[in-house]
Amino acid sequence: MVSGLAATCAKGECLRMRKLLILVAALVVVHVAFLFVQPSRAALPPSDKAVNVGIVLDVGGLGDKSFNDGAYRGATRAEKELGARIRLIEPGEGSDREAGLRLLAAEHMDLVVAVGFIFTDDITQLAKEYPNVNFAGVDYSLSTDKAGNPILPPPNVAALKFKEEEGSFLVGALAALVGKSKKVGFVGGMDVPLIQKFEAGYKAGVKYVCPDCTVIVQYAGVTPEAFRNPGKGKELALNQFQQGVNVIYHASGSTGLGVFEAARQTDKLAIGVDADQYSEAPGHVLTSMVKGIDVAVYDMIARVKDHTFKGGIYTFGLAQNGVGYVYDEHNRALIPDSVRARLERIKADIVAGKIVVPSTR
Amino acid sequence: MILFAFLAQTLRIAIPYLFAASGGVISERAGLIGLGLEGYMLSGAFCGAVASYYSGSAWIGLLGAMAGGVAMALLYAVTAIRFRGDQVVVGIAINLLVIGLTRFFLRLAFHSSSNSPRVPGFGAENSGTGFVALASNPLIWLGIITVAVMGWLLYRTPFGLRVRATGEHPAAAISVGIRVDRIRYLAAALSGMLASLGGAYLAFDQHQFSAEMTAGRGFIALAATIFGRWDPLRAALACLLFAAADTLQIQLQGTQLIPSQFVEMIPYALTIIALAGVVGRAVPPAALGKVAE
Repeated sequence: MVSGLAATCAKGECLRMRKLLILVAALVVVHVAFLFVQPSRAALPPSDKAVNVGIVLDVGGLGDKSFNDGAYRGATRAEKELGARIRLIEPGEGSDREAGLRLLAAEHMDLVVAVGFIFTDDITQLAKEYPNVNFAGVDYSLSTDKAGNPILPPPNVAALKFKEEEGSFLVGALAALVGKSKKVGFVGGMDVPLIQKFEAGYKAGVKYVCPDCTVIVQYAGVTPEAFRNPGKGKELALNQFQQGVNVIYHASGSTGLGVFEAARQTDKLAIGVDADQYSEAPGHVLTSMVKGIDVAVYDMIARVKDHTFKGGIYTFGLAQNGVGYVYDEHNRALIPDSVRARLERIKADIVAGKIVVPSTR
Repeated sequence: MILFAFLAQTLRIAIPYLFAASGGVISERAGLIGLGLEGYMLSGAFCGAVASYYSGSAWIGLLGAMAGGVAMALLYAVTAIRFRGDQVVVGIAINLLVIGLTRFFLRLAFHSSSNSPRVPGFGAENSGTGFVALASNPLIWLGIITVAVMGWLLYRTPFGLRVRATGEHPAAAISVGIRVDRIRYLAAALSGMLASLGGAYLAFDQHQFSAEMTAGRGFIALAATIFGRWDPLRAALACLLFAAADTLQIQLQGTQLIPSQFVEMIPYALTIIALAGVVGRAVPPAALGKVAE
């Protein structure tokens, strides 16, 4: 290509072109070189005795107060209690994710954990290339065949699924019991099946304790930006509060920060998601539907250590403490004891299978 | 009551668009494509939140926001004017750069990649959604005033004339002694300052910065700039129109009357229609995106 250019271009232009090519080449070299740079934390060579675990975080990285932090908590617990060696990779955008997974797989980690549904295709692909490496995907999204049955992941992949609908059912019941009005609200992020699961469980929970209540359901949008649009979240929540809603449950990433802000401004209540979000608006957070990403990650590491790891679908629901709601000294004042007792009964019924929670609209 | 709620919400949604679109108009009228608006807004939101956090005053936060927006706009201008970078490419690069930078410094300053702690902003706790809550936010007023000032600046002042000349025919402007590059730098700085106020509005309304919180508003503002045919007043009306569509969607979403996908595409669809010349002719400034020489 270079010689072709040389033949056709004028002299000054050629010089510029060559400079540009040299620059691009230099950048490529630097970029490739950086692939081999090891973070200082990972200086320890893989040990034969300990379980070596590699974790690739979702975009946002550590400190997202949600997914990534949850996975990290589970991993650090495994580090302490199981003597596992953890290697963490925080990808920037897009293609870095696959590169991070590949790097860990090529180092023959005992377990490679990918945090976030966005990794699904990458894990599936790499699991086939590295059949001797175990993979675990948090929120791995299963595709279905024509008959609607889920297609199993490759044999060395554990798909970690959470029954968000069960936790959402409980907070839905709580919202209806505490809300003091016949209307409760829901704000979703991007309108996709994963979030519709939250909505379905929540609605069912509301209806279970209050059949004539209405649930106002709104989504922030239809693009991934709907998960990081607090301005939109606030407007949606203000609109719902104006319609007489007293409690809003959000499943919308940082869009939900706007829901909390609206709750502050109008002195109403909001329910957090994924992690305990009490600190985002003290006094205005009724509870949070927490996902036990840490439990799931720890569980997988423990299985690898005991040599009981198998590929397949792992579901974490109320029974496994994979989902739940927060009840502690911060929100005890907002939840009467009778309501708390009722919630615990509902929880027991769900665990016992007496209540079946829907996961789709 | 319903009408007031509708208008108030429209205005609240429109304010960030108004600021950014005003910035877009001045930048594009000087011949600089306004693709970096999103980045200026995000930079403004972040710097505003940081300045407000450390100073304890939202007003000092505003100054910080403006500094953040102007810095990014000048980076864009230097790359596009001094080093003759392609404006589209540089604009997109600025947006990506700001996403990364804000995340980086967010973690450095507050140990979180998600959001900052609560910062002083405008609007008190438990202030409700009535007229007082709306009218007590100085950025609402500033946004409205900005539109009028921009119209005056662009059409009634020597500076405005020079900006327009620079965007239409830089060679002619140079021949009558206008220092075209300087005008473009000034226009870029002004556009960064205005867009950053839109970002600051978002951050102060939320009382915090969260990563990528502008969520594409800069692009909607750019669409409003084009749909408003590079005129401050018409661009402002376009902003209000887009905001009204958004409000309508928010208020009707529960009822499923309009699919939300449809409402989300309105700004872009209207912009394409405007560019296709269906409603009057949309003629961009002749030297838009071109190097002045």
